[in-house]
Amino acid sequence: MNMDIDASKIPSPGVEPDTAEFWAAANDGVLKIGSCNSCGEPHFYPRAICPRCGSLDVGLKEAKGTGTIYTYSVFRRTSEPYALAWVSLDEGVGMMTNIINCDLDEIRIGQEVEVVFRPSESGQAVPMFQPRGGR
Amino acid sequence: MTINGKAYIAGAYEHPTRLATDKSVSQLHAEVAAGALEDAGLSFKDVDGYFTAKAPGMGPVSMVEYLGLKPRHLDSTEIGGSSYIAHVSHAAQAIAEGKCNVALITLAGRPKAEGMAVVKGDFKGPENDFEIPYRPVVPNLYALSAMRHMYEFGTTSEQLAWIRVAASHHASHNPNAVMRDKVTVEDVVNSPLIADPLHRLDSCVISDGGGALVVVSPEIARSLKRPLVKVRGAGEALKHMDGGRPDMTSSGAVRSGADAFAEAGVTPQDIKCAMIYDSFTITVLISLEDLGFCKKGEGGKFVSDGNLISGVGKLPFNTDGGGLCNNHPANRGGITKVIEAVRQLRGEAHPAVQVPNCDLALAHGTGGWVSTRHGSATLIMERE
Ligand SMILES: [Zn+2]
Repeated sequence: MNMDIDASKIPSPGVEPDTAEFWAAANDGVLKIGSCNSCGEPHFYPRAICPRCGSLDVGLKEAKGTGTIYTYSVFRRTSEPYALAWVSLDEGVGMMTNIINCDLDEIRIGQEVEVVFRPSESGQAVPMFQPRGGR
Repeated sequence: MTINGKAYIAGAYEHPTRLATDKSVSQLHAEVAAGALEDAGLSFKDVDGYFTAKAPGMGPVSMVEYLGLKPRHLDSTEIGGSSYIAHVSHAAQAIAEGKCNVALITLAGRPKAEGMAVVKGDFKGPENDFEIPYRPVVPNLYALSAMRHMYEFGTTSEQLAWIRVAASHHASHNPNAVMRDKVTVEDVVNSPLIADPLHRLDSCVISDGGGALVVVSPEIARSLKRPLVKVRGAGEALKHMDGGRPDMTSSGAVRSGADAFAEAGVTPQDIKCAMIYDSFTITVLISLEDLGFCKKGEGGKFVSDGNLISGVGKLPFNTDGGGLCNNHPANRGGITKVIEAVRQLRGEAHPAVQVPNCDLALAHGTGGWVSTRHGSATLIMERE
């Protein structure tokens, strides 16, 4: 089964002053990650402090939107099973996500994936991932 | 300063209920407190230190009043199910510094009666907005670690199942256990998949109830009539995602365990039985590796073939049946690990699971989610 995901299924994230830029970029179809202006290291999730060095001089940078599946789990105790995953981005940090647009039984650790955006309940777009090279 | 030998666990009590439709959560706190104090031979008026984590109202502010306590030392450290194991350590520190002499620790909850079988991430942390759109629930968060552990180390569902099998053997001797039937590896791997690769029988029970502990100074311990259970060492840690660079196959036990063993001056080989927090089978496997009972990645082999069954294997674990079969009060447990360790050290465990000459025991808690973020607390206790 080729599972896409329905907006009604996606709980909407809250948008805070220190994450508004991230979510606005998501609505424009752009994945951003936290980036430190002091040590230069990326981080995820975005926040007002660099968790690597403690600097408050942080911003966002655009990610390529590609990565590999570090781990995943298909949740079965529901009418429409879905795949929770952790994707390691090519920039060196990773994020929690869902893997969509694929056969859930074919998902594998190490698989190459790319970002796609899906609207959540409120309309706010959230980044999800699908196998690279389309469906 | 070390807490090694500075405090003793004089009272331990596990509520016998597993479904508390007829009791309030505060009432359960009161009943377990009374039970532990009676076990120690002490009374409420002797208590001068109080410890709890999540509790009705404003935690200790509400509970101290409800119980009628007048403590001079308070601690509401909240690191999930590992809180109560850390509380023993904190109580020992407070006693060593003269801040209190009789510390009462309570846990109670009734998720079963309240229909809170599936715990969602209702903790509004800053990470929440970057996770809730993807519908993490407790089982699939633990499953992320299990899947990765299988990938990195070749761990199998059958190996994880042995953890449940061992717990079920122990629970079969516990009249209060929620699930008392012995199960086989086949039963576990043939039970429905909840979140790949974890099955229904890889998961702990949902139960109401609670437990309490009384930690006292050496002078008071020696004045009481109970066997002496000495605090030897403790450690705690908080494992998280490290800014987006997680290692989901290891836990806070790497640090909390090492600190506890160092303080106690003993090694994993000295431990006669281990009570390991067991929200899921994978939690136990990762904890055992990180505590040093076996090498990283060899947990699957270590837990197989009954190695965790009392009287059969080298490391009897969760001899009360654990959270997997016996009791997981308030969806956290933790305190039950110390309670069963105290029973073993006193020689008061069920005869069928009592470890002979049990003079050194370990309790370990994981509070939160093993894959993403959790508190970790390890405690080593000795029968004097
Ligand atoms: Zn930095």
